[in-house]
Amino acid sequence: MCSAVFHSLSFITIQWKLMFKHVRNAIMPFGNTHNNFKLNYSVDEEYPDLTKHNNHMAKVLTKEMYGKLRDKQTPTGFTVDDVIQTGVDNPGHPFIMTVGCVAGDEESYEVFKDLLDPVISDRHNGYKATDKHKTDLNFENLKGGDDLDPNYVLSSRVRTGRSIKGYALPPHNSRGERRAVEKLSVEALNSLDGEFKGKYYPLKSMTDAEQEQLIADHFLFDKPVSPLLLAAGMARDWPDARGIWHNENKTFLVWVNEEDHLRVISMQQGGNMKEVFKRFCVGLQRIEEIFKKHNHGFMWNEHLGFILTCPSNLGTGLRGGVHVKLPKLSTHPKFEEILTRLRLQKRGTGGVDTASVGGVFDISNADRIGSSEVEQVQCVVDGVKLMIEMEKKLEKGESIDSMIPAQK
Amino acid sequence: MPFGNSHNQLKMKFSSEQEFPDLSKHNNHMAKVLTPALYEKLRSKQTPSGFTLDDVIQTGVDNPGHPFIMTVGCVAGDEETYEVFKELLDPVIQDRHGGYKPTDKHKTDLNPSNLKGGDDLDANYVLSSRVRTGRSIRGFCLPPHCSRGERRAVEKLSVEALGALTGDLNGKYYALKNMTEAEQQQLIDDHFLFDKPVSPLLLASGMARDWPDARGIWHNDNKTFLVWVNEEDHLRVISMQKGGNMKEVFTRFCTGLTKIEELFKNKGHAFMWNEHLGYVLTCPSNLGTGLRAGVHVKLPNLSKYRQFEEILKRLRLQKRGTGGVDTAAVGGVFDISNADRLGFSEVELVQMVVDGVKLLTEMEKRLEKGQAIEDLMPAQK
Repeated sequence: MCSAVFHSLSFITIQWKLMFKHVRNAIMPFGNTHNNFKLNYSVDEEYPDLTKHNNHMAKVLTKEMYGKLRDKQTPTGFTVDDVIQTGVDNPGHPFIMTVGCVAGDEESYEVFKDLLDPVISDRHNGYKATDKHKTDLNFENLKGGDDLDPNYVLSSRVRTGRSIKGYALPPHNSRGERRAVEKLSVEALNSLDGEFKGKYYPLKSMTDAEQEQLIADHFLFDKPVSPLLLAAGMARDWPDARGIWHNENKTFLVWVNEEDHLRVISMQQGGNMKEVFKRFCVGLQRIEEIFKKHNHGFMWNEHLGFILTCPSNLGTGLRGGVHVKLPKLSTHPKFEEILTRLRLQKRGTGGVDTASVGGVFDISNADRIGSSEVEQVQCVVDGVKLMIEMEKKLEKGESIDSMIPAQK
Repeated sequence: MPFGNSHNQLKMKFSSEQEFPDLSKHNNHMAKVLTPALYEKLRSKQTPSGFTLDDVIQTGVDNPGHPFIMTVGCVAGDEETYEVFKELLDPVIQDRHGGYKPTDKHKTDLNPSNLKGGDDLDANYVLSSRVRTGRSIRGFCLPPHCSRGERRAVEKLSVEALGALTGDLNGKYYALKNMTEAEQQQLIDDHFLFDKPVSPLLLASGMARDWPDARGIWHNDNKTFLVWVNEEDHLRVISMQKGGNMKEVFTRFCTGLTKIEELFKNKGHAFMWNEHLGYVLTCPSNLGTGLRAGVHVKLPNLSKYRQFEEILKRLRLQKRGTGGVDTAAVGGVFDISNADRLGFSEVELVQMVVDGVKLLTEMEKRLEKGQAIEDLMPAQK
């Protein structure tokens, strides 16, 4: 009697599962992209081989987690396979820890939080799932920063990214969405005046002369070649709806539809970081206002700050930096340690992964989330000021041991 | 490149005009056929596995083409793609395959005894002979769209089927991801190894996802029969050897293919085939037979003859450099193969190569002796 009941119950369960699977498949087209047959295969059969991988995603994504997340999707249809494809296709490097996952829309960070929260924590110094992020774009809160020694500081720059609420992100957006982002952005940017008055150059209708000029100004961005970016799908339909906007003074520049909806850059020669940051904040806020009026504000929440495509750019998405001459300090045995304590990082003057030339380094903030824009730029301003002092001491043959800072 | 836009459920909120790709600078078969009206008609459809119009065309949108080379610009994600999107693919097929109509029937003939001659191409001129084709396994999505589970299932089935071959076809499978350095070097030396594709045409279609998972190379002990698993198609099958005995190459090709097909059928997974398109493959350019039969042949004099191109055209042959498509000929040695894929059977296509190369060799010998070849000019086949 018991076994008969058991058998009929398990029969019913099997029928229910088959029926449910059919319904589930009917309403949930998939990624990897969106193969409806995928759920017919077991977790074991679909789980990626991550044995040779070294990126944040591979460190976090267990088979169990994959099993739990694989039948979910965001409202726009982004799935866990979409999130991780770039990390599966790019095992990484023994020395460089890449992120290995992307968001396809704002909701990715919620629907796939089981994967993305630990990735974020790993990448951003233990930032917890319950932590709150502070946004501060009030340039008046920055102390000093207008007097970095131009004998040492050659140029100053602040960049960030912004995503427009209501549209899928570059790995996932359709042509219609990308064009709508472009249209809105151009409207917003063209309404700016004063020092922000400028012009938009769409990639697909650029004249040769315009292209030459943008290259000479170091403003032009080209179709990505990095397999990390290509595997995420963000180069689809290139160069449709991509473009560059800049003001007449060439001190404020916006990239439209490259790795994020918007990349915003403020820069100028010399060491007046305060002015660069002021322009940055003012310009950003003016643009944000216009987007809000169209009911498409920037993606932001109190946990993650500004939402961007790559989890490494959450929070402020801000990299504030200078090109600075540090030929002596850079060869000092404690250079790396000093940078770590100041929460700064160095790059060559060609950007990430380039070598420095002539003792000139790109020094910028290391953090993105858990501290505000003002705080991060303050780190740069104070840190660079200190490093220039150290450089001057070393020039005179003096010791800098008394100046080594405490960990910030 | 996964297709973020293809399953974007917000897409239908945008008008067809807002979503229609900008094809104004494009020169590929897809761009010639896809009008805004056609896009509107097809954009809400999907195959049973979920492949959409945007998936079909993504590679053609991302790769505008070349002023001189007409690429196809679209791919299939599963067998049903050719049916669901026939209004786009039939005209593309027609353009690409010499006017092949949607109502035409394709004939398959893999009986090597139907090939006349082909065992005596002059080995002083013909250095090597080779026949290749592709096959898709019914029930699984194609490389642009398959999941890891499907790809692995194709690999598993293929390895089982190939493992059952015996005699001249006894061989071994080398999975890309487990290959030892020594095995890799040997496969490179044999010119057997395939690597992750770099062509943007292939990458944009999504077929390199999860590389090198479930990809591999199988070959027989004699190194005359080779199968690629999960590269651009589920299977690519190659028969080859030195010298000019195309008959032997083709016989092995047919025998091997037929045996493999039986093994797959016994497991409930036949090859994708229908009487209109023949063998169904990822790229519309490979439909029908999917067959390219060719030789490496020395034609230093003939290749400089003013009517060389015209002769090839009339013989329904094409030339390539010995590095394959888009390479230059070295030392007067050319890769000469059939130009057609669909609308002719395998036997017919190999016959054209055999007869054509025989004639080309005759012409070469005449020219060597300083004799005329006008009387040898063939009519258009």
